Amino acid sequence: MTNAEPGFFDEMRSGSQVREAYQSLERWHSSMPDDLRTLKQSEAENLFRRVGITFAVYGEGGDPERLIPFDMFPRVFTSPEWRKLERGIRQRAAALNAFLADVYDRGEIIKAGRIPEHLVTRNDAFEKAAIGFRPPRGVYSHIVGIDLVRTGRDQFYVLEDNCRTPSGVSYMLQNREIMMRMFPQLFLENRIAPVDGYARLLKKTLASVAPDKCEGEPKVVILTPGQFNSAYYEHSFLADLMGVELVEGQDLFVEGDFVWMKTTKGPQKVDVIYRRLDDAFIDPLCFRPDSMLGVPGLMSVYRSGGVNICSCPGAGVADDKAVYTFVPEMIRFYLGEAPILENVPTWQCAKPDDCKYVLEHLSELVVKEVHGSGGYGMLVGPKADKSTIELFRQKIVEDPANYIAQPTLALSTCPTFVEEGIAPRHVDLRPYCLVGESIELVPGGLTRVALKEGSLVVNSSQGGGVKDTWVLAE
Amino acid sequence: MRLSVHHVSRYHFDTPVRRLVQTHRLTPSDCASQRVLSWEVFSEGAVKGAVYRDGAGDLIETISVKGPVTELVVEVRGEVDTTDLFGVLRDYRETVPPGTYLRGSHTTDADADLRALSAEALEGLEEETALNRAHALARAVSGAIAYSPGLTEPATTAAEALALGKGVCQDHTHALISVANAADIPARYVTGYLHSTSDGEAHEASHAWAELYVPGLGWVGFDAANECCPDDRYIRLGSGFDAQDAAPIRGVLAGGVEETLEVSVAVKSQTQSQHQQQ
Amino acid sequence: MLSRTASHLFWLGRYIERAETTARLLEVGGRNALLPDIGGGYRNDWEAILQSNGSLPDFKEKYGDPVQRNIETFLFFDAENPSSVFACMAAARENARVVRTALTSPVWDAINTAFQELNQFRRMERSKLALSDLTEWTMRSCALIRGSIDATQMRNDGFHFMGTGFGIERADNTARLLDVKYYVLLPNVSYVGSGLDQSQWVTLLRSMSAHRAFGWTYTGELTAAKIADFLILNPQFPRSLRASVQDANYHLDCLTRGYGRATRAQSHARTMLAELVESQVSDIFDEGLHEFLLRFMAQNAGLAGVIQDTYLQGNPE
Repeated sequence: MTNAEPGFFDEMRSGSQVREAYQSLERWHSSMPDDLRTLKQSEAENLFRRVGITFAVYGEGGDPERLIPFDMFPRVFTSPEWRKLERGIRQRAAALNAFLADVYDRGEIIKAGRIPEHLVTRNDAFEKAAIGFRPPRGVYSHIVGIDLVRTGRDQFYVLEDNCRTPSGVSYMLQNREIMMRMFPQLFLENRIAPVDGYARLLKKTLASVAPDKCEGEPKVVILTPGQFNSAYYEHSFLADLMGVELVEGQDLFVEGDFVWMKTTKGPQKVDVIYRRLDDAFIDPLCFRPDSMLGVPGLMSVYRSGGVNICSCPGAGVADDKAVYTFVPEMIRFYLGEAPILENVPTWQCAKPDDCKYVLEHLSELVVKEVHGSGGYGMLVGPKADKSTIELFRQKIVEDPANYIAQPTLALSTCPTFVEEGIAPRHVDLRPYCLVGESIELVPGGLTRVALKEGSLVVNSSQGGGVKDTWVLAE
Repeated sequence: MRLSVHHVSRYHFDTPVRRLVQTHRLTPSDCASQRVLSWEVFSEGAVKGAVYRDGAGDLIETISVKGPVTELVVEVRGEVDTTDLFGVLRDYRETVPPGTYLRGSHTTDADADLRALSAEALEGLEEETALNRAHALARAVSGAIAYSPGLTEPATTAAEALALGKGVCQDHTHALISVANAADIPARYVTGYLHSTSDGEAHEASHAWAELYVPGLGWVGFDAANECCPDDRYIRLGSGFDAQDAAPIRGVLAGGVEETLEVSVAVKSQTQSQHQQQ
Repeated sequence: MLSRTASHLFWLGRYIERAETTARLLEVGGRNALLPDIGGGYRNDWEAILQSNGSLPDFKEKYGDPVQRNIETFLFFDAENPSSVFACMAAARENARVVRTALTSPVWDAINTAFQELNQFRRMERSKLALSDLTEWTMRSCALIRGSIDATQMRNDGFHFMGTGFGIERADNTARLLDVKYYVLLPNVSYVGSGLDQSQWVTLLRSMSAHRAFGWTYTGELTAAKIADFLILNPQFPRSLRASVQDANYHLDCLTRGYGRATRAQSHARTMLAELVESQVSDIFDEGLHEFLLRFMAQNAGLAGVIQDTYLQGNPE
């Protein structure tokens, strides 16, 4: 294998030593002949295509049903490593929900001067329509995806939080299915904690936040924008695993105090809607009037307690990149605890001092749009050429409040199959935390890998791939 | 003053419509300047439900009609006792932080002209109190946009109305929100009814005005179209970022269906009466 | 079941059946083109084929004269022609994709594979593709899809919505094929009973894979009455109107049992079946075959409309 990049934490090796967690994988890959590897790789691809797990990005052109590359080399966490991550993730999910419950009610954290008011009330993600109302069990964000990177043996940073409708969990589940099918021996040699309980936990979580008016077994549905959405596969996959209906806005209607689903047996009441639709499109009578994807009157039923919407409209104010800086503060304020997971130091270009620093150090920093996602509108200073840096300089000067900057993190590397065998490639991690009656987390997550040598951008829209993520059982 | 309201909206659809849903912000709420004696919103053939009070304190009702129908009539009848509090909204149950109303909307986004109007209005004010600033902005809008019905549309933005220099109460209100936001003053769109006095000064019975947030006083109404603050001739229904957000009736139609709307509003006091067809 | 899911399954059935019929029409046209031209007021066979599925105006606008090569393109490959084999298979596959989780893997595989193969044909040079290969491929693919459905799908409501779709579409298609032959294809009444008439009937039977079945069922001369009896009233021939309507009835009755109540769709379908059961071929000829077929197609479309208004809109009344 090629040597580790200096200055980056190698998850498999420490010097010339292979870490214990990776030892069986070292034997596995080094005893695998090249032709078998090629065979297995194409087998994996066929399996992915067979199940139809594909990924489409709007406006990118090309094959609308292209696959996200799957790398067969798993990424491994030991049990103690995971325990710490898990505690940190639960803590963060709890604090984010406490923050949402607060800003949509009394706004204590603002009154206490711990976060500037304008970051909340003037935030586009802050929904007036969610004010003065307590959703079932006081939970606002039911599925919290937390993006983490590792920079050292015990050093993890949270890159960003996703409180609205984080996607990708279907890859976590399918990656595991495919690895188990192709390499059963690996699962006999290693005690790997299962992740397949996710769908059951998700259903349990959603059912646990049914509104008080619900009688009997709650009827849960997933609301999708439709088959042309890039995550449609995931929507239908989750609906199928949970055994719930996958509905579009046109399948639902409001009558009286409830939301109903059009079925071949007649109208059926719906209690919990796991929506994979942006706030603006949920209800044309409350938000964008031109939305054909939503359900007219849905917000009225929600506010009057006839249905629950997961996540709550307006949950996005907690995962805004400008609000992100204050998450450690939220943990201290609401939970009275010290943050277990660290934030990446962040400069707010909206602040003149920060902005000045950022403009002077553009070639060292990562610059992101406050509301951007998917790795678009991002500058990776050390990898960018002069003209790109100048372009961002202009953009920041024109609209400083739209940008934040962070140091370039030394993302850890994990061995990844390449032409010549294996080589270290940078990875991140997105675990999915479920918040309902209790906070639940399956041991694992989605590991994304930057397949290009030296690249730090792991987004699937920018040439990233995915890996199975193992947590070793004790 | 005791005011009685009779407000009828008659929708006609060129194609039969199924599963029609509307949200109504058609019921006034009690506050220091108004007390509701009786109020009823009625739509023949509609199921009413999903009633709630939003964060801004307004009562929202939802109606649905299974259909197919080619007509829907929404009829409002009620009586309210009003008191002149010089536009100050007091004892109104709401929880939206005023700062939320600094965001405005697409309709109230300020262009260079609106920003200039805002700055000029506040230049050289003798007493720079928040209330004086608000009054100055309302005067500036009254001066910049002449009342002239039929020239603007529901979709007209504040910037477009200012460029035209003419408009109706909706345009005055959008412009006032815009210049207030430009001066970092929270502002919002308010809908309601207006009883016009016999001299015919007031223009519209189904009316709209702005509320600006004045620290110490709270929300204060400014009717730039009538160059005054709401008094006991006004009944307040509800508020929002702009006309669409605050609309007394909101509905959507499937693509291709054309609707025509006929509205009649009558607001009467014990001694006087006024009736207007739109 | 979600009404929209039922709708996608219903249309999945209809599109598969329609793709097959278009291929069968192409086959009829291809064979008829091999028959001797007798000239004189002779109407173009291909034009008649296009008339039968209502696509003649679209074709003329886009291609002009009905040349066989263009017609093949139009009826097989043209994505803009909603009844082309390609458009039908693409629509079937899109309906399937949306309700992917309501289908078994073999069914999805069969549909998806057919679509991928069809895309490969589109990339091939046309001179390498014989018309008969294309039509046979279509029938084989459709049979595979149908077989996978029969062999692997749960006999639940979804299955019966697909079945209803197949039945309704098939009834419509047989009626159209028969109408083309009888009303459109034959230049004028004087040809009835002529050699041309005979060979066209044979072609029609072939296109329905019914040539030999007919031979086993009826003896003697080929006559319009026998053929009409076979294609309309024979309960054993799977593409006959009666068998198709009976299929639709069967699936609708299963829905009644599953849901514990019937809708207007069942009574509509039963009325259609009752009429076919009681009819004699002489009644049909008294009414006029063309008139009978038009009336039947309207009734059949009415059934689809009722299913749409009840089950597929969430109002099973």
